[in-house]
Amino acid sequence: MSFIEVKQISKTFKVAKKKSGLKESIKSFFKREYIDVKAVEDISFSIEKGEIVGYIGPNGAGKSTTIKILSGILVPDSGQCKINNMTPWKDRVKYVKKIGVVFGQRSQLWWDIPAEDTFDLLKDIYEIPEKEYLETKEDLIKKLNLQDIINIPVRQLSLGQRMRCEIAASLLHNPELLFLDEPTIGLDAVSKQVVRDFIKKLNKEKKTTVILTSHDMADITSLAKRIILIGKGHVLYDGSLKKLQNKYETEKYVSIKTNDKLAIRNKGVKSKTKTKEGYDLVIDTREISISELLNNISKKITIEDIEIDHEGIDNIIVKLYEDYKI
Amino acid sequence: MRAYLTYFKLKFISSLQYRTAAWAGIATQFFFGFVYIMVYVAFYESGGKNLPMELPQLVTYLWLNQSLLALVNQFSRDQELFKLIKEGGISYELTRPKNLYFMWYFKIIGQRLANVTLRFIPLVLVTSLLPDPFHFGLPASFVHFIFFILSLSLGTLLVTALSVFYPIVTLTTMSEKGIVNIIITIADILSGIVVPIPFFPKFLQIISSFLPFQYISDLPFRLYVGNVNLADGVFGMCIQLIWIIIFILIGNIMMNKNIKRVVVQGG
Repeated sequence: MSFIEVKQISKTFKVAKKKSGLKESIKSFFKREYIDVKAVEDISFSIEKGEIVGYIGPNGAGKSTTIKILSGILVPDSGQCKINNMTPWKDRVKYVKKIGVVFGQRSQLWWDIPAEDTFDLLKDIYEIPEKEYLETKEDLIKKLNLQDIINIPVRQLSLGQRMRCEIAASLLHNPELLFLDEPTIGLDAVSKQVVRDFIKKLNKEKKTTVILTSHDMADITSLAKRIILIGKGHVLYDGSLKKLQNKYETEKYVSIKTNDKLAIRNKGVKSKTKTKEGYDLVIDTREISISELLNNISKKITIEDIEIDHEGIDNIIVKLYEDYKI
Repeated sequence: MRAYLTYFKLKFISSLQYRTAAWAGIATQFFFGFVYIMVYVAFYESGGKNLPMELPQLVTYLWLNQSLLALVNQFSRDQELFKLIKEGGISYELTRPKNLYFMWYFKIIGQRLANVTLRFIPLVLVTSLLPDPFHFGLPASFVHFIFFILSLSLGTLLVTALSVFYPIVTLTTMSEKGIVNIIITIADILSGIVVPIPFFPKFLQIISSFLPFQYISDLPFRLYVGNVNLADGVFGMCIQLIWIIIFILIGNIMMNKNIKRVVVQGG
């Protein structure tokens, strides 16, 4: 049996429905109408120990709901889930001792006091032995570069600094499983990199299983080998990221620097635009490979310089969402 | 247990950050103390008959009320918990390997103890130096003082057990206003914070004795000034204990029920 085993989980929320305007508001004051919103439906997957899985999907797809069910916060309407032989919402108190959770949009640190004080509180909540706590804390301080910020009241930290402290706070008890719900939201490029490198290292050194949601595809590509795509509450794709890339990454962009005139009518060249220094081509790799193209061109003209760019992962995701109509 | 104590410690440290709030609280309590006392002095001097308390006893009662208000009142609710529920921070609370009811219980008691510690020392010091009729008097006897401490501790546990209900109810109603506000207003009146219980009309005193509210602060304060004899004090403390147990039991049951229906707000 896998480390995480999720079977046919469904969860429906009741949402009050009300048209805008005063008249409608008064009406709904007396009689409220509800609609059922299916947040997740029939979700199943399994994850092995030590994996990093990217859990992606557009806003409102059910990512956070799944994370909250898996971390024992929400109770699903139906379905089963066994993680480490425990059912999160049934064995909550016992189960959460072994997991760490970071919600990028919320804070677990006490606002008015330095992060280190919150750490001390967490030590007592998780009943971490003194020696182990000091070691883990030292390690986290070093790896997340917290020396200078750990003693400043949290309200005075920048978002990036705070997020590093948040992540440290979630890992003090050395969890086997880490949920990261949009951990890089609102961070700058450098902070994002720090967070990513850290998670990678953590997974490598401690074999921590990581489930990660993010809208920044760079997070996913740099961390996860496997992704689960969810849309409108259903699992749409579960598999390797590479496969997805190969399937959707069919267009490549080639810019050629040359002084010669290029006449090209190959199959697979979707467009050709003249630029100041040469030409920009868009090619379809299903019809013509890069080497074939270059072979062709270099026979005709002298190439001074060449740049090949592939489609960004963001575009792939847009295409993917379009394909699945989500 | 240790985690709960640390909660208290952190609440205390957090509250220390807001010194101005503490000073403002002290000033308010002085002001209200003087106003109340002057009203009662006028009332006593105009020749009220069969009064249930002697004036110096009443003045001491009123100062106790003001200096310990932060500990025993109903109306100050722990805003942090409501914010947690309304804005979704509850997610983190539920990922802690602890009983949520007692986590909240100790957060509230920590907040109350922190608030009162900052306020009551200056009030007691200054008012015990004041001349009559504003003088804050000594306890009726040493035994009365011990009884006062005991029943005040129980009263604090009781008021906290009551206060935990509000966030628990909010877990499903999503707003702490409405019914909770009505209950709190009634509770404050019946706890003797506005008018001491002995000044209530007879029928209201009887009703009130069957409710938990007067056992929060009225009982300990009257023990201090010697308005309640020791035997009644012991009886009162037994009632305190019974209410505490009942409320903690019901609170836990409600919490376990409401946790299953939790909806996390704001995505």
